[in-house]
Amino acid sequence: MRIALFASCLADTMFPAAAKATVLLLERLGHEVVFPPEQTCCGQMHVNTGYQDQALPLVRRYVRTFEPCDVVVAPSGSCVGSIRHQHAMVARQAGDEGLATAAEAVAERTFELSELLIDVLKVEDVGAYYPHRVTYHPTCHSLRVLRVGDRPQRLLRQVRGLDLVELPAAEQCCGFGGTFSVKNADTSTAMLADKMRHVIDTGAEVCTAGDASCLMHIGGGLSRSGAGVRTVHLAEILASTEASS
Amino acid sequence: MSTFLGMPVHAPRGVGHLRGDEPFPAAARTALANPQLRSNLRHATTTIRGKSGRVIAELPDWQELRSAGSALKTYTMANMPRLLEQLEEKVTAAGGVVHWAADAEEANRIVTGLIQETGERRAIKIKSMATQEIGLNEALEEAGIEAVETDLAELIVQLGRDKPSHILVPAIHRNRAEIREIFLREMPGVDPALTDDPAELAGAARRYLRETFLSTKVAVSGANFGVAETGTLAVVESEGNGRMCLTLPETLITVMGIEKVVPAWQDLEVFLQLLPRASTGERMNPYTSMWTGVTPGDGPQNFHLVLLDNGRTAVLADEVGRAALHCIRCSACLNVCPVYERTGGHAYGSVYPGPIGAVLSPQLTGIADNASLPYASSLCGACFDACPVKIDIPSILVHLRNQAPHPRTEKAAMAAAAYTMDRPRLYQRAQRAAKLAELLGRKGRALPPPLNGWSASRDLPEVPDESFRDWWRGR
Repeated sequence: MRIALFASCLADTMFPAAAKATVLLLERLGHEVVFPPEQTCCGQMHVNTGYQDQALPLVRRYVRTFEPCDVVVAPSGSCVGSIRHQHAMVARQAGDEGLATAAEAVAERTFELSELLIDVLKVEDVGAYYPHRVTYHPTCHSLRVLRVGDRPQRLLRQVRGLDLVELPAAEQCCGFGGTFSVKNADTSTAMLADKMRHVIDTGAEVCTAGDASCLMHIGGGLSRSGAGVRTVHLAEILASTEASS
Repeated sequence: MSTFLGMPVHAPRGVGHLRGDEPFPAAARTALANPQLRSNLRHATTTIRGKSGRVIAELPDWQELRSAGSALKTYTMANMPRLLEQLEEKVTAAGGVVHWAADAEEANRIVTGLIQETGERRAIKIKSMATQEIGLNEALEEAGIEAVETDLAELIVQLGRDKPSHILVPAIHRNRAEIREIFLREMPGVDPALTDDPAELAGAARRYLRETFLSTKVAVSGANFGVAETGTLAVVESEGNGRMCLTLPETLITVMGIEKVVPAWQDLEVFLQLLPRASTGERMNPYTSMWTGVTPGDGPQNFHLVLLDNGRTAVLADEVGRAALHCIRCSACLNVCPVYERTGGHAYGSVYPGPIGAVLSPQLTGIADNASLPYASSLCGACFDACPVKIDIPSILVHLRNQAPHPRTEKAAMAAAAYTMDRPRLYQRAQRAAKLAELLGRKGRALPPPLNGWSASRDLPEVPDESFRDWWRGR
């Protein structure tokens, strides 16, 4: 299958390993990956901070860029959540019904990585090898906006060598919330403190998730505290093989 | 009431409790630094969450019930004027008197006047959000009328000269040791040997309140539901003190927000299943009191219903925001909210705290007076899942953020970001410049304001040597 990658601005700029891993994983599974270079950002930060008029050109850019593609994948639950639940709303708010309809159509073909693997490509065992103790943080938008359910865990359970340990209070937010972590930094830090405590309690070496933004937040806290736990994107674990490790 | 043509008005300033003294982030900072508060809240919200989750899981049709509740509320909002007039007609026919209050001041004036007409100097109160919202106790006090809260938690708050911090459990921020101290200090005639055993504390409150119930001739209540079809008012509660207030006095005055009207008697079937399981985690609430006007020889012989607007019509005028009026005050959204669990209710500055408060208060007051509240959420969505009438709180938060006044520096930064993001070449140059800035500048831990809140507690990721798109191009 020919799959278009929407890298997301955060992974493209700060966490290229997650986007690269998505490419290498899908190619290993026998698919062709394309990267339309006109893509930038889905506009989620602008929408969620109260700047819908400024998000409009980014929504239009996303829709125009990916309109010709049959299937789009993004290694981010929250970007896909925004594309699916906000793009048409932003277009309608601006009175652009044509864009709204087009946005809905592209959103239907846009998938988060675990959705793409399980629902579209019908694969649970991606042939990965990752000999580490790992805990999975479900991320709010994957869980409650996209409803990916246990798809990521099903993928992780098939990874050879991987010891998956359950994260206590996993469904609680890590406190990132985009600009929330800046505007309400103290509350965000209090939420992060509990998330870190739960991660550390699992005894895992690696905390994984399907969103680079939440991992940046949790990883930033873990790094500061010197806890000795790394954050690694789900795509990187699924892309690992005996040869690459 | 004067005729008003044009857009409906917001709740007035200077009366009631819908506005805080400081923005949410500042108020939250104070709360977060209080370990006793943090521990009390963690314990209480975790307990209620567990209990509610267990009894909700027993119902195979919970999702259908939620949809039914949501549909009934949507219908009610669309037919509000007709339903309110029907309610007025039925209550009047049953011997009650209906008053219309445009705002908090008018409602306080009506209730004060009605009590003064009885010649009484004291009123007993049933726990009510509407009377907290309008600051009725303060208005009565000014008129020389003592208002005694009879709900145990409200009594704790009143005796402690405190403010409620939760819709359902207003003293959730207090533990039993603190409650004992308040009772010993403030409760007339309390036994000095009182311990912090919950049964003993409840016993002390019971002794104190029983005297008051038997000697007070006026009661003030709120209402959970007002049935338009029959003119029946309903109050649900756990302690039975509400029923004392509804049956013993000679005069009963009920203050009801206009959105509490429901079309038909049968609709209570849905809400009386949803409310207790979502709020207290009970299968059925212990006391459900319903009354229709006045029954000769039984219960209060004078009944007044005050219908309160206080900004609600303005909320109703907003297509997206009006869903906040669907709220049945169960507080499930507070109990699951990771922000509320850590800051408590006082940080929100309004009697309506938590996620529902963050969407309701700014709409009642106008967004400018509560501009920080729509941002008091990480948009994690736990509230939407927990809401028994399916209010999409995260979407309303985003909608209100779009209306909120924005700080000038933020506006400039957002405009610059959007400009760059809409130009892939410029965006690519900015990516490379970020790496360069890092190499030249501090490899640092601290960001400049207003971003320094992030780097105070978290390390920044290192900018990678190569962006993804540079790697892709070089493949």
